Amino acid sequence: MTRRFHIQQEKQGGQKLLTIFFTAGYPSLYDTLALVRAVEEAGADLIEIGMPYSDPLADGPLIQQTSAAALQNGMTLSLLFEQLEELRPKSEIPVYLMGYFNPMLQFGVEKFLAECQRVGIDGLIVPDIPLDEYEEKYEELFKKYDVGITFLVLPQTPPERLKLIDRLCTDFIYAVSNPSTTGGKLSIGDAQRAYYHRIEQAGLDTPVQIGFGISDKESFESATEHFAGGIIGSAFIRALQQEEDYVAAARRFVCSIRGDEK
Amino acid sequence: MTSPDADSKGFFGDFGGAYVPELLYANIHELQTRYRSIVEDESFVTEWKSLLRDYVGRPSPLYFSQKISKEIGIKLYLKREDLNHTGSHKINNALGQALLAKRLGKTRIIAETGAGQHGVATATACALVDLPCIVYMGEIDMGRQAPNVKRMKYLGADVVPATSGSKVLKDAANEAIRDWIAHPEDTHYLLGSAVGPHPFPEMVAYFQSIISEEIRLQLKEHEGREYPDTAIACIGGGSNAIGTFYHFLDEENVKLIGVEAAGEGVGTGKTAATIASGTEGILHGSRTLLLQTEDGQVQEAYSLSAGLDYPGVGPQHAHLATTKRALYVSVTDSEALEAAQWLSQKEGIIPALESAHALAYLKKGEFQEGEVVVLCLSGRGDKDMATYLEEVS
Repeated sequence: MTRRFHIQQEKQGGQKLLTIFFTAGYPSLYDTLALVRAVEEAGADLIEIGMPYSDPLADGPLIQQTSAAALQNGMTLSLLFEQLEELRPKSEIPVYLMGYFNPMLQFGVEKFLAECQRVGIDGLIVPDIPLDEYEEKYEELFKKYDVGITFLVLPQTPPERLKLIDRLCTDFIYAVSNPSTTGGKLSIGDAQRAYYHRIEQAGLDTPVQIGFGISDKESFESATEHFAGGIIGSAFIRALQQEEDYVAAARRFVCSIRGDEK
Repeated sequence: MTSPDADSKGFFGDFGGAYVPELLYANIHELQTRYRSIVEDESFVTEWKSLLRDYVGRPSPLYFSQKISKEIGIKLYLKREDLNHTGSHKINNALGQALLAKRLGKTRIIAETGAGQHGVATATACALVDLPCIVYMGEIDMGRQAPNVKRMKYLGADVVPATSGSKVLKDAANEAIRDWIAHPEDTHYLLGSAVGPHPFPEMVAYFQSIISEEIRLQLKEHEGREYPDTAIACIGGGSNAIGTFYHFLDEENVKLIGVEAAGEGVGTGKTAATIASGTEGILHGSRTLLLQTEDGQVQEAYSLSAGLDYPGVGPQHAHLATTKRALYVSVTDSEALEAAQWLSQKEGIIPALESAHALAYLKKGEFQEGEVVVLCLSGRGDKDMATYLEEVS
């Protein structure tokens, strides 16, 4: 079966892919699908849904806060899968779940993957699964349930590790712009340029998307210059927070990145 | 054989490892590959041990407590870590890691602290070796351990309140880890307990193993043998406990007892007794036992003692508990408070509230008549005086 990601890539021609991240269960418990639809209609290419966790180590203050609020609202993995039952076939946008390993472990990794397959999740981003453990214990299972995986790379990632990550990742690799938690500022200095160049020259098979610190059209365009696409999370969530009609705000934000004032 | 070290991937049986975001890979990998050869280097050992002697005041005494021995019917020796410079065992590890950071070429130190003992030890070590020091501390802990906040600042450290999550020790560790993510090259994270991703549990255990190394020599003088019948220590993350157990792990005849903080009681929902009521999962980069919901969300731990209210436990302790090499028991807030006053009035030693948990077990546990018990008195009680005075009034 052709992966939804590749269909999307094809459809976009050479255009940079725009991935929008938000936390499931935020701003309110039952918004997940409404936000998926709004973001898709407004022209985003991929969606990354955050599974709230009490101790999100790789996230900055804003996503920590939405994560805590979502848990407060009552979001759980079981509820999220229930909500996602209506994702397909209405939407064909590739959807990824991002979260931490512990809730997945408690849910049961195999059961979790089976649920992903059932509701049509394209892949997972789990920053704290060690690569070797994934390879030894879980790669087969992910394949069995046809669920992809995305790992992170950053300026400090050694070349041989980059190659390993390239081999393990399914649809795309997530390049972190500079070492920080999510929601920081994007800086493009000499070190960044060297890093981007290094990734470009590495001859990777998997497309690379860049994230961490992209906040608007300008930073999206400059950050994605060397990559297949870019991922926006914190800036999108900030936009949601500014308006009561956050579905409309979501739509408007995506349009502003696409440079499309509809 | 119960080796004190983790396997090559950082596991103690099923527990341990390094479950860290890729963002921390470089930092952790550098430590994993370099720390052993540095800390085993002769010049390092010489420097560390001479500081332990001349600066910390080691060896800390092994004191025979005649009155309590008589009352319980055992031979009780107190390992006086409370007499160390800065008032607890935390300085052993803080100095070791500060010297390590120097040799790794790091120019900035970050740390987390709960009760403030590790924060004070780290601020002290950093002053000594000339490294800037940033200590993350839960906002709530900063309130209840105000004197230690002042001490850290006076020593030149920056104390940064952790305002995320439950605003206590766990959240201070999260903030320190986030800082480390943002500073992958110049910063050493000076973790204070035997928790976290590999190699921290193994490394902290190594630096604290000085406790049982000395106990063996001192016990030989007192008792003509190197091994006690029982070794007891309190356990939050478990650094003083693993230091106390370290050189006895292989001696199956030595009973090892870790005393957790039950808070208001195991089963009340207000507890920090992780081994008693936790389940297997991942916390701060380590597979271990932790307090969590069915959904895998980490729960808050509760103990009157700010040094023990951690929802996880060092992976080596999880392993020792599972294999039953060590026995883990728990003691409530009120039992610990009572034990603190008991030691104060019997022996003229005011223990830290953490250490008072270990002491309280003497009254609860079953001992053979005349058996030799070594108990780690991990810290002194100055910081807990407000709590103690409130209890008597």
